[in-house]
Amino acid sequence: MLKALHQKENFQLGFGFLVGILFGFLLQKGGVTQYNVIIGQLLLTDFTVLKIMLSAMVTGMIGVHLLRSLGLATLHPKPGSFGSVVIGGLIFGVGFGLLGYCPGTLAGAVGQGSLDALLGGMVGILIGAGLFAEFFPKLDKKLLSKGDFGEITWPQLLKVNPWLVIFPSIVVIVLFLLWIEKFGL
Amino acid sequence: MEYWSPYVVGIGIGILSWMTFLLSDKPIGCSKAYSRTSGMIERLFLGEKVAEKAYYKKFALEIDWEWMLVLGIFLGASISAILSGQFRAVWVPPRWADAFGHSFTVRWLVSLVGGIILGFGARWAGGCTSGHGISGTLQLAISSWLAAICFFIGGIITAMVIFHILI
Repeated sequence: MLKALHQKENFQLGFGFLVGILFGFLLQKGGVTQYNVIIGQLLLTDFTVLKIMLSAMVTGMIGVHLLRSLGLATLHPKPGSFGSVVIGGLIFGVGFGLLGYCPGTLAGAVGQGSLDALLGGMVGILIGAGLFAEFFPKLDKKLLSKGDFGEITWPQLLKVNPWLVIFPSIVVIVLFLLWIEKFGL
Repeated sequence: MEYWSPYVVGIGIGILSWMTFLLSDKPIGCSKAYSRTSGMIERLFLGEKVAEKAYYKKFALEIDWEWMLVLGIFLGASISAILSGQFRAVWVPPRWADAFGHSFTVRWLVSLVGGIILGFGARWAGGCTSGHGISGTLQLAISSWLAAICFFIGGIITAMVIFHILI
């Protein structure tokens, strides 16, 4: 039944749009479509971004793995290599620190009227993504595949049941969040 | 209410991820949409040969689920801002203005350069704060945990350097 739904193109485009609206609504309500809040996170004076990300991660982790156990969902872990995620991640971080928005919150910032996001960030991200497409064949050969480890997850690497990774992760995340709250950050 | 608790927002986003896995068989992500859009704009000027680039053969120049999601983020944030009376044109964010002054030109240039690096890095890393940072980490993908850590290492160092906290 769900497989058939996954193939319905118009439903999927409409549902993607609906999820986006709810996601954008939540991001704005959380304050993370604002430069001040994101830069506050990177300057370690305001932990709103991490509070949102980590509570989304915990919630998602439990639900998605339950759905998977019930045979209702399939995981799609992204493949990775040290050359792609470490180098690319650090480059991303430099852009993140300069711009003060990430790709998702950038769209939300434009939506609430931030003109630096529209005229600077949005134009820039399109140029940057285009440049990557241009250089992709060369980068792919030289760097992107360095230290490739594929689509592996922690439970696969450790050869354990996913819940043996999920429960300790939740404990660590909750303790971290309590610790942040204790310091009033 | 102007703002909600970050935990309410985070749990809401987590529940959205259940829905996308269940009903769309997809994780939430954003950065591929920018790559497709960039290619579509380039195609307008340079024609069909743009679609022949190796990268656009991998991620075709089309409006897909994720593209609609990013369009939705724009609209959803607008609705939220309008409902709470926060929708307004802001040229220079206050925190930036306090540190570097009110010049839009300076803020614009840094945003443009930051945006270019962000877009380039997101595609290099194969995802962004949503695709790797939330959707990938919740799937316990090793690539995403590493990427998310690197996003913040790079971001924290850069922000601290430009705000003169480091150096």
